[in-house]
Amino acid sequence: MDQVKEHEHVIEVEELKTQFGDFVVHENLDINVRKGEILGVVGGSGTGKSVLMRAIIGLKRPSAGTVRIFGEDYYQANDKAREAIEQRWGVLFQGGALFSSLTVAQNVMAPIREHLKLPEELAKDIAALKISMSGLPEEAGAKYPSELSGGMKKRAGLARALALDPEVVFLDEPTAGLDPIGAARFDELIVNLKESLGLTVFMVTHDLDTLHATCDRVAVLAEKRVIACGPLEEVRKTDHAWIQEYFSGPRGRAALAVKAS
Amino acid sequence: MADSAAHFDIDMSQGTLKLVPSGDWRARFLGDLDDDLRDFADDSVGRDLVIDMSGVVRLDTVGAMMLQRTMHCCADRGAASQFTGANEVHEALLAQVEGHLQPCHVEPTLGNPFLAVVNRLGKGVADAYYAALEVMSFIGRTLSTAGRVALQPQKMRWTSTVYHMEEAGLNAMPIIGLMSFLIGAVVAYMGAKILSMFNADIFTVELVGISVLREFGVLLSAILIAGRSGSAFTAQIGSMKIREEIDAMKVLGLDPIEVLVLPRVIALVIMLPILALVAAVLGVVGGGLVAATAMDISPALFVARFQETIIINHFWAGLIKAPFFAFVIAIIGCFQGMEVEGSAESLGQRTTLSVVQSLFLVIVIDAFFAMFYLEIDF
Repeated sequence: MDQVKEHEHVIEVEELKTQFGDFVVHENLDINVRKGEILGVVGGSGTGKSVLMRAIIGLKRPSAGTVRIFGEDYYQANDKAREAIEQRWGVLFQGGALFSSLTVAQNVMAPIREHLKLPEELAKDIAALKISMSGLPEEAGAKYPSELSGGMKKRAGLARALALDPEVVFLDEPTAGLDPIGAARFDELIVNLKESLGLTVFMVTHDLDTLHATCDRVAVLAEKRVIACGPLEEVRKTDHAWIQEYFSGPRGRAALAVKAS
Repeated sequence: MADSAAHFDIDMSQGTLKLVPSGDWRARFLGDLDDDLRDFADDSVGRDLVIDMSGVVRLDTVGAMMLQRTMHCCADRGAASQFTGANEVHEALLAQVEGHLQPCHVEPTLGNPFLAVVNRLGKGVADAYYAALEVMSFIGRTLSTAGRVALQPQKMRWTSTVYHMEEAGLNAMPIIGLMSFLIGAVVAYMGAKILSMFNADIFTVELVGISVLREFGVLLSAILIAGRSGSAFTAQIGSMKIREEIDAMKVLGLDPIEVLVLPRVIALVIMLPILALVAAVLGVVGGGLVAATAMDISPALFVARFQETIIINHFWAGLIKAPFFAFVIAIIGCFQGMEVEGSAESLGQRTTLSVVQSLFLVIVIDAFFAMFYLEIDF
């Protein structure tokens, strides 16, 4: 029965500690991601936003603490449970991380071929669907990643992340390196997909406009832990030097003004 | 299981064509259904269709896509064609996929295969021609830069040069020495086996001496350096090219040839003869050791015979080649590094090319030297 496993929190991170050698990135870090929300993770450079994401998706083993996804402790789970988890999430890396020897459509088909036993024709249809849903033109399917612009690479990466109809999508700086128009379209796309597909989104970002446009909740990383987590309006009011500077600096105010208008 | 496997029924009882999907309509369960559904759609082209969603327990984009595809295939969505009984979530999914049913291309279109082959051949020939010209021009630029630096010695990058001498030369010494020692031993074994049939064991000394001094010492060193340092030069310069460091140098008024290429070329040209010398010595030692252990040629006899029969010309014949090999290896390594463009893939290709080309050229030059020596009786 699938219903049994429905947790309010899709991801639960408790007392996480990660380190590189002696350098501690996170200590006693707690963060939860609720089902169906878009959680934005912000923080200054070097506060370990991407490392946190990597710890959750199993690429950086924490030195202490637990990471539970869909109620299952990822780092304690056996291979089979892990594979099941891996089929329920999708990850968009910063540069798209497309396989350079495959075309975009083949990239999207790669996880489908690996995990689902589907006829080739249906797999192609699925690839076309995801590519189109990610906002790419149909002729992009036959292109190699090296022929795509930065924005198209991100969209193709998103199409691949969505290939298996994941419940959770991790986005690492989805709008970094995009022009403002492209970034705004990408924000729209994420909100639209989240609503129609019922996705839960964990997003690492720097982009204030993206935060305002998309996120239900915002978590702020500083001092090796999450110093504030909640709806944007609440987090803004937190009395912390970095938060005040981030949200009330010129860029923060500009993004707020855009939202208000 | 409460979620029964996905399947569909066709209901014609109320006069209109009605498709009743039921169960778990998620991608992993739909593989067997796809063909049947396509057949159904082909048979029902142009007819009004109602799809009753009330029996569907779970749905994902793939299930929604297959149902929408069927719907669009059957009818042009006239008034009578519709989805019924869908809950909110399923409704949203069906609406989401509706605009995205166009198939897309999966692979790039390849033209006529015969033309493609001819095209590739032509391109290969032209590329080889231009590459040869470019290498020539690169050599010219390097030599002219070397000349300029010779006139202004303060421009010479000594730190970098010494670093590469250590990295490419000194650090390679143990492995080159070991390899040469073993090759010397192997040659001596061959001599022991074959020469003893003619009762000419003592000629093993000449065999080892001449082959190691003239050819093996220097050739092995060059081959190892081509694999070890030529590829490293390509990778170093290539990754700098990818990160736009070379462009940054040019903009800042630094000459990449002067800063990157010249120290590497000079370092190898100095170090390879030294390596070849070490290789020659250890090769002879290896041969001597085998002669002493496997044959009855004592070290004293070996040395005496060596001094008597091996003239110094053999040694010079080998050593003279070393700077030429070094020059070619360093030039090809740096040249291929400069040719890297854009991606890490190109870096890999260029590194491979660098090793293959420098090995090839080393052997070609060696052959020319052999002919040349034969003509002048050296």
